Amino acid sequence: MLTYTFRRLLLSIPTLLFIAFVIFMLLELAPGDPMGQMPLTIPDEVKQRMREALGLGEPWYIRFGLWLYQFFVVEPQYWIDSAFGTNFADGKQRIISFQSRSPVFDTIAQRLPQTLWVVGMSYVVGVAIALPIGIISAYRQYSVFDQAGTFISMIGFSVPPFFSGVLVIVIFSVQLGWLPSIYDTTHQVVDWETFKFQLRQMIMPVMVLALQTTAQVSRYMRASMLDNLGQDYVRTARAKGMSESVVVLKHVVRNSMIPVVTVIALGLPAIFGGAIITEQIFKVNGLGQLLILALQGADIPMVMTITFLLAVLIVLMNLIADVLYGVLDPRIRYD
Amino acid sequence: MTDRDIHASADNLEVAGNPVAPIPAEKTRSQWRDVWDQFKTHKGAVLGLFFLVFITLFCVAGPWIWTVDPGALDVRNKDVRPIYTAIWDSNAKVNWARPMGTDNLGRDQMANLMQGGRISLAVGWTAMILAILIGTLIGVLAGYFRAIDGLLMRFTDLVLALPLLPLLLVMMLLFRDPLRASFGPEQGIFILVVTGIGITSWMQTARIVRGDVMAIKEREFVLAARSIGTPARRMITRHILPNVLSPIMVSATLGLAVAIITESALSFLGLGFPSDFPTWGKILNDSVPRMTRFPERVILPGMAISLTVLSVNYIGDGLRDALDPRIRGM
Repeated sequence: MLTYTFRRLLLSIPTLLFIAFVIFMLLELAPGDPMGQMPLTIPDEVKQRMREALGLGEPWYIRFGLWLYQFFVVEPQYWIDSAFGTNFADGKQRIISFQSRSPVFDTIAQRLPQTLWVVGMSYVVGVAIALPIGIISAYRQYSVFDQAGTFISMIGFSVPPFFSGVLVIVIFSVQLGWLPSIYDTTHQVVDWETFKFQLRQMIMPVMVLALQTTAQVSRYMRASMLDNLGQDYVRTARAKGMSESVVVLKHVVRNSMIPVVTVIALGLPAIFGGAIITEQIFKVNGLGQLLILALQGADIPMVMTITFLLAVLIVLMNLIADVLYGVLDPRIRYD
Repeated sequence: MTDRDIHASADNLEVAGNPVAPIPAEKTRSQWRDVWDQFKTHKGAVLGLFFLVFITLFCVAGPWIWTVDPGALDVRNKDVRPIYTAIWDSNAKVNWARPMGTDNLGRDQMANLMQGGRISLAVGWTAMILAILIGTLIGVLAGYFRAIDGLLMRFTDLVLALPLLPLLLVMMLLFRDPLRASFGPEQGIFILVVTGIGITSWMQTARIVRGDVMAIKEREFVLAARSIGTPARRMITRHILPNVLSPIMVSATLGLAVAIITESALSFLGLGFPSDFPTWGKILNDSVPRMTRFPERVILPGMAISLTVLSVNYIGDGLRDALDPRIRGM
């Protein structure tokens, strides 16, 4: 297993390099110009100088190499420096945003907690709701509960987050006035009252994102449970006289979790994509909103870095899913 | 007793000079009739099909009956509420000539929903067909030719590892102006959106098709066809493709749902069609700032998107059951 993990880690390096190349070339070949937003009164030679100041004068392979160097060498050095007080980085050039002229990673570090808080919480909530639904749906197949679960997950698949988000705002913020429609990221939790406020403002974004997760995971859990409920070992367990709760919750659920765990790992990157839209609706100033702003401002280093970080997440989650599959199911051997 | 036995015995009887009425052989049933019969038993799928036909007719044939120009401004009749608002609010500004109300510039909502639906559905169908074509091509090539299998599947894995929504946003933003310049504002964006969605959603189809092609390739009838010297091209079109049609159809329905949602999401983020060019997602996005006073402007296009996608998903569900021969017999 260890050699397999190691081999996969090594294999993911060319994959990531290729992805970085694709993203870079897409941004490079596209005719968008970071100077497009500048006033037309600026003379051409000044514009040319400004372009060179942004580092756009060099050929693409030098800029790509520089970006790779900055991303994989300089930025970790700065990271280590700030963590341990060393000075490896020694004033080296970091990845600088075109828009704010500040290091890209500083901005990302400011935005990341909001996104992680909303996205992570919604994923936990979504999975926590999905698993019982899947288990009960499979155990009572074709019952009213199962039909309702199927219907709800169909809705989860079909109602896009930009509509469900707006819909819950109309219902709970506008008509009923129960919940705030804007997520206030400057809010600090210090006592019980502020905690309650935090809870109230998180309910809607978290539930909107969780609906998608719930729909997907509960379907997989149900299918996996149904596969296992008909197996011989279940009959054996019942024949031994074990109680139904032990049979279902100990034997069947554990075995059914194997494929579901990988689905949970694989679904994590997708929910970050969903967060782009949800953050736009609830005005959360997280990574998704940062990406949209950077796109609109033709801020190439920012777009490149955020997109690449998402790709790293996808590749990492794929790897974790495969390794987990092997760890949880001893019948699967990659070596 | 098979058909031939029945005929044979009937012939024998006739020869024996004892004519009997010809035994009414069971009517031959084509495979698609069986599929349709099974499909009909899935209530959700039939309802979904009805709704899809209804919404398609509403968008395609609607503008011939409801001949209001979706872009026409009518400032005297701006902010008209839909007529059903009058049920609970007798003071609401309603107008029978504007059954679904108007927006803040007095544009008719029903005409806009029809026009928007035309675009959304057209984008959905075209992008889905493009994705299915690419996916089937790559899947069949990878499944049939062992030599390029590894290469094509590694490529598919790589594309699957790309963060697709951000890349789609990048493509929209960066290629919008040149395409608009060369094909005109509507055509250019249409091509861009369709291509963008098409080339980012073919991977699942390719994987499914590849798996099925590899299984079918090992069957006896393929061996028989190869033994009489069928060239690869005819082998694929005559023997392989008809047998992988059902997984392709199922993933086509899912692809349609995904394409409609993606187009609306792009429009919602303001990166799809230009503002005077309505799609369901665009109408929804434009209405969000005023949703506190006019929630119906958000709910109507949102319901249109959601119900269309829901019905397409149910059709896909029913189709999957109907096309599975193990379930069909039951």
